[in-house]
Amino acid sequence: MFLRTALLVLRKDAAIEAKSWEVLTTTVFFAVSAVLVFSFAFVKEGEPLEDAAAGILWIAVAFSGTLALGRTFERERYAETLRALLLGPAPRPALYVGKLLGILAVLGIAELLLTPLVALLFHAALFARPGLMAALLVTGTTGFGCVGTLFAAMLVRARSRDVLLPILLYPITIPVIIAGVRGTSALLASPPDEATAVMWIGILTAFDVVFVTLALWTFEPLMTD
Amino acid sequence: MSHVSLTLARGDIVGLLGPNGAGKSTLVGMLATLVSPSAGEVRFGDRGAGALGGELRRRIGLLAHELYLYPELSARQNLTFFAQMYGLDPRGVVDQALERAGLSARAEDAVSEFSRGMRQRLALERALLHGPRLVLLDEPFTGLDDSAVSLVAERLRQLAAGGAIVVLATHDLDLADGLVSRVALVQGGRLAVDEPAAPGLRARYRSAIAH
Repeated sequence: MFLRTALLVLRKDAAIEAKSWEVLTTTVFFAVSAVLVFSFAFVKEGEPLEDAAAGILWIAVAFSGTLALGRTFERERYAETLRALLLGPAPRPALYVGKLLGILAVLGIAELLLTPLVALLFHAALFARPGLMAALLVTGTTGFGCVGTLFAAMLVRARSRDVLLPILLYPITIPVIIAGVRGTSALLASPPDEATAVMWIGILTAFDVVFVTLALWTFEPLMTD
Repeated sequence: MSHVSLTLARGDIVGLLGPNGAGKSTLVGMLATLVSPSAGEVRFGDRGAGALGGELRRRIGLLAHELYLYPELSARQNLTFFAQMYGLDPRGVVDQALERAGLSARAEDAVSEFSRGMRQRLALERALLHGPRLVLLDEPFTGLDDSAVSLVAERLRQLAAGGAIVVLATHDLDLADGLVSRVALVQGGRLAVDEPAAPGLRARYRSAIAH
């Protein structure tokens, strides 16, 4: 019942997205634009600033992720459909998981474009250790998404949700961004520092476990008025 | 809200009446388990709402002022999604609901293309899709033409006759008159009147507010 409900919510969000492409288009467009603008600032005469690639990749993920979170929950706010979901018989945390999977899917697609773009523009060897890089992106994106999904759901009925979401989200997800940047920098070192990258992946995994557990535990009481 | 004590019995059609801001929608939200009372409790049989969880929510159908429909999806997609959320096989159930809503011919159209009345009919079917035993309706007649109002009223009578509890929050006393079997008047967050319905609802409602 739990997983089935989460997948139903994911499939419903995918069906809505397939009609408008609104969330995916704006997220990818924003992320690519941010990377392009940064490339003009941090690449001089074909030479990028040292270690800039890691920071820019994760800043683009965080900013475009915030945009995706806002747009995804705006859909549930429009006709108060989040309340209809909460009224269903399924375990309420399953709704959270369904929305989280949707956010992760959107960010995953954005990262599929972002990572090669950053590698190209900043001459960064992001694919030198593809397994570790993928693990960093998956654990980092999950950490950002699990906190963001909870806050975006909480704020769906708040009048100043667009202002409040980044104010609440960034202080808590700063460790994720830092871990992502440090882990990516370790992989970009010459030679790649795999041990350091693995350590940061471990920290991100621990963050994910703690915050997904907290979110599943608090989602229902937080969503009841 | 405070000092609200109200017992609902199967077969009742309760008219939840009151001026704007009286607390009707809050009370409906509490009955639907979407709003938690800061004191007191809503009991279903001999158990509290918190203890029953999903088992209870499966037996509640809510049509709120907002229609709880995804405008980007078609009528069929909306009903199919909600049927699956309630663990129903959408085949058959969805077609019947579309027919009752008079939307079989528009089943594949996006809800955003529908008039308010069409959306209202679809939302009512969405709320009743799973055969709820507690039916909560907040202004269900909004946007409906006369024939649709008669159909909805008849549907509510059938639900009550089948043993469901129907709670109807409305401002339209003329429509409630003759439909509701009990009147619960909410005023300033309190239950001012709880009595069996009698003809002449408008006059009695005004009178209750004056006192």
